[in-house]
Amino acid sequence: MIEYKRIEKSPVELTKQDFVSDQMVKWCPGCGAHAILAAVGNVFPKIGYRKENFAMVSGIGCSSRFPYYVDTFGFHGIHGRASAIASGLKVANPGLSVWVATGDGDSMAIGGNHFIHVLRRNIDINILLFNNQIYGLTKGQFSPTTPMGTVTKTSPHGTIEHPFTVSGLVLGAQGTFFARVPDNNIKLMTEVLYEAAKHDGTSVVEILQNCIIFADKVHEHITNREMREERQLFLKHGEPMIFGKNRDKGIMLMNNGLRVVEIGKNGVNENDLLVHDQYATDPSIHRMLGRMKAPDFPVAVGVIRSAPADTYDDLIELQIENAKKTSKIQCVNDLLRSGDTWEI
Amino acid sequence: MVKIHDVRELEDVVVKFVGDSGDGMQLVGTLFSDAAAISGNDLATFPDFPAEIRAPHNTIAGVSGFQVHMGKRKIYTSGDMCDVLVAMNPASLKSNLKWAKKGATIIVDSSAFDEKAIEKAGYTTNPIEDGSLGTFQIIPAPIAQLTHESLAVLGVDKRVAERTKNMFVLGMVFYLFGREIEKPLAFIKTKFKEKPKVAEANQAALKAGYNFAETTEAIKMTYKVGPATLPKGLYRNIVGNIATAWGLLAAAERSGRPLFLGSYPITPATEILMELSKHKSLGARVFQAEDEIAGICSAIGASFAGSMAVTTTSGPGLSLKSEAMGLAVITELPLVIVNVQRAGPSTGMPTKSEQSDLMQALFGRNGESPLMVMAASSAANCFYYAYMASKFSMEHMTPVILLTDGYLGFGSELFRIPDVNDLPSITPPMADPNDKNFKPYRRDEKTLVRKWAVPGVEGLRHRIGGLEKTNIDGNVSTDPLNHQLMVNIREEKVNRIADFIPLQEVNGESEGDLLVVGWGGTEGALLSTVKQMQEAGHNVSHAQFNYIKPLPKNTREILAGFKKIVVCELNSGQFVNYLRMLYPEFQYEQYNKVQGLPFHVQELTETFTKLLEEV
Repeated sequence: MIEYKRIEKSPVELTKQDFVSDQMVKWCPGCGAHAILAAVGNVFPKIGYRKENFAMVSGIGCSSRFPYYVDTFGFHGIHGRASAIASGLKVANPGLSVWVATGDGDSMAIGGNHFIHVLRRNIDINILLFNNQIYGLTKGQFSPTTPMGTVTKTSPHGTIEHPFTVSGLVLGAQGTFFARVPDNNIKLMTEVLYEAAKHDGTSVVEILQNCIIFADKVHEHITNREMREERQLFLKHGEPMIFGKNRDKGIMLMNNGLRVVEIGKNGVNENDLLVHDQYATDPSIHRMLGRMKAPDFPVAVGVIRSAPADTYDDLIELQIENAKKTSKIQCVNDLLRSGDTWEI
Repeated sequence: MVKIHDVRELEDVVVKFVGDSGDGMQLVGTLFSDAAAISGNDLATFPDFPAEIRAPHNTIAGVSGFQVHMGKRKIYTSGDMCDVLVAMNPASLKSNLKWAKKGATIIVDSSAFDEKAIEKAGYTTNPIEDGSLGTFQIIPAPIAQLTHESLAVLGVDKRVAERTKNMFVLGMVFYLFGREIEKPLAFIKTKFKEKPKVAEANQAALKAGYNFAETTEAIKMTYKVGPATLPKGLYRNIVGNIATAWGLLAAAERSGRPLFLGSYPITPATEILMELSKHKSLGARVFQAEDEIAGICSAIGASFAGSMAVTTTSGPGLSLKSEAMGLAVITELPLVIVNVQRAGPSTGMPTKSEQSDLMQALFGRNGESPLMVMAASSAANCFYYAYMASKFSMEHMTPVILLTDGYLGFGSELFRIPDVNDLPSITPPMADPNDKNFKPYRRDEKTLVRKWAVPGVEGLRHRIGGLEKTNIDGNVSTDPLNHQLMVNIREEKVNRIADFIPLQEVNGESEGDLLVVGWGGTEGALLSTVKQMQEAGHNVSHAQFNYIKPLPKNTREILAGFKKIVVCELNSGQFVNYLRMLYPEFQYEQYNKVQGLPFHVQELTETFTKLLEEV
């Protein structure tokens, strides 16, 4: 890894209040986006950079109003292009902590190309992907993550499209960081966002966000507070994968696949369970964890993958520094006079 | 043996090298033009190659060419018809004979004229032998065969020998023009320094070609083109796309703003992307994006970050960038968009030139979306206009579209090298840290320009974006009167750049019978024609526009000075209709050509002569 981080720290300790902008928050009451804003408010002071060194970039959609509500530099772009705008911003000034707020439509439909390529390049930006499985701002059309068969305004007979899983797309595009959190767990979200900020490279945090108007309760079977111990697997690096209200179930790797097992039954004990390694460079287990879904599996939440890899922004800095040291061309006058020239 | 032959002394001469795609005609043309430049000729060159990398051997589709126009006088174009044609196979002869002047010298590789190749080219009989080339000075030389023979002693394999036949023919042409061969010999040595055997073969072929030309009876006449009288200075030969890249680098250096290029490969603009990629030592950050949209969007992100941001493309790419250009307009960020125009619509003819994106540049965005539009008019002045586009973009906080075209981009001419420190200064309107009065859309009263407030700078936190904002405060707003105000301001801000651009110049008298109007890349052909006609005593002047939006402030005054105005364009009439919209009080004639070809002096002369007769 290349040590190149030079984002300036704040000389004074900042609080959540320092990041509240003067703009009125206009999301629907009860929208999951409010929780994301709260978690970002928690984590920015914790990260400790100067306020001026944060930049929020967004595309179009409910998610993309986010920059207006955070008192940093903000850029509200056009539909699908937030990752591309953020790429230019970060490459032009690596001294910024760049955050993208985007949705399932913005990043995986119209912006799908930019999304996979920012991951492939591993540019050090943080992407908050609000996955509510619907187009909210345009009032309820199906998105690339809407489950097959769902009736929406543009699928009155049910969708006939196979949905993307966010983790599948991120890991397929060689993403180095992927985490998933439900919108009703601000504590976990804050922890995960901190991890995302720490990661060198593109971080994608999928937030299972509830759209109270057009896709209410689509994540309810996972996020329901009563059931969440049973239906979510809280991943922690270095710890065995245990879940359940009584912490009596776990995940084992058997016959090249994951299996849910009951601890203490059929001779299974804690030592047989899979231990989470978020830093593994091989993504095979991370892919399997990302794919787990109800009813056969709990849904994995927390940091699924955080693998080290060179970042584009570091490498371009290095190339520029090396070129400046070694090239004969140090200014444009040198360039104009290089090669074949003659005096008349 | 000493031959006695005629030496024809010429003011200017056009030489065209044509052959199969793999025959090395581009290299031969470049070496020949470099030698002409060093001998003091003024010159312009243009390559003519197919879109296919290697089309089928010996077919018309696979013909690749390189044209050099050099002279004792000022050279404005790469020339219409050629005095000397070098054809390496039947297909290239067949497709280029129409460009040979009456009585031109034609060198052909007779060993390439076998039955199969003759048939593939569409001839029924061998044109060298059937008398159909009677009016030309034909120099048939079995070039491939002679090259093989002359390299036999070196023991090089057949493949290497085959690939050096271009050097043989270059040797012949050097003799034909009385040029020394030292320069290309040295070039070959450097080019193949890793492969001494190949270097030796190429050098031997070059010398053999020269010697062959000296002794062959077929050459009855050689040419002489004396040195031109050019202003004193340091010179080089430069291709338009390279000049564009260097102009951008110069602007970044003078403005103190690092260069960021977000771009996607597209013919004929790719060379700018390739060139800028080389210059990391000058701090150029080049981002080869996943598509045209990411190219411009990454540049907008970089512009927000305070870089001198650029995106380069050609027509189809400009279409893809339309929405993002509107984003740069509404966020009032600097951005240079270089469009190297090509023949459209859609994919059109990628390697052929046209001026058909003017209306798109002016109006091709949703909403009222004004931006500055400029055009370079020669290969070398791409440097200056790329520099000025960057300057106006930053100083006036606006996207600028710089239009060049394939003809300028690929063509070359002599470039008098400036000192970067003598170029006009560039002062971007950077917001001061902790400026208590800072507001995103607070404006300079005179220019209406807002400040450039860059992330990372203390006390300037703000949010901008594609939604309409209130003037000064920059908050999201759908207020009807605010929108009207912002629409008016954005238009007026661009129009006020007219106070900063030079007045339009006229070549010739400012009053007369006919004003020839052009814009961008047609300058060479229009100017050559008008000069010739002026010398013949006609009352005709010429104005070539480089600033299109806004137009120079004296445009109306110039148009008013002439009995007739003819607007000449390589499109169906885009600039003329723009003028009709802005200055409807004048009557405009128009001359248009949309064939993927540049204007030729002859067709222009005929057109203008006819118009003058009607005056």
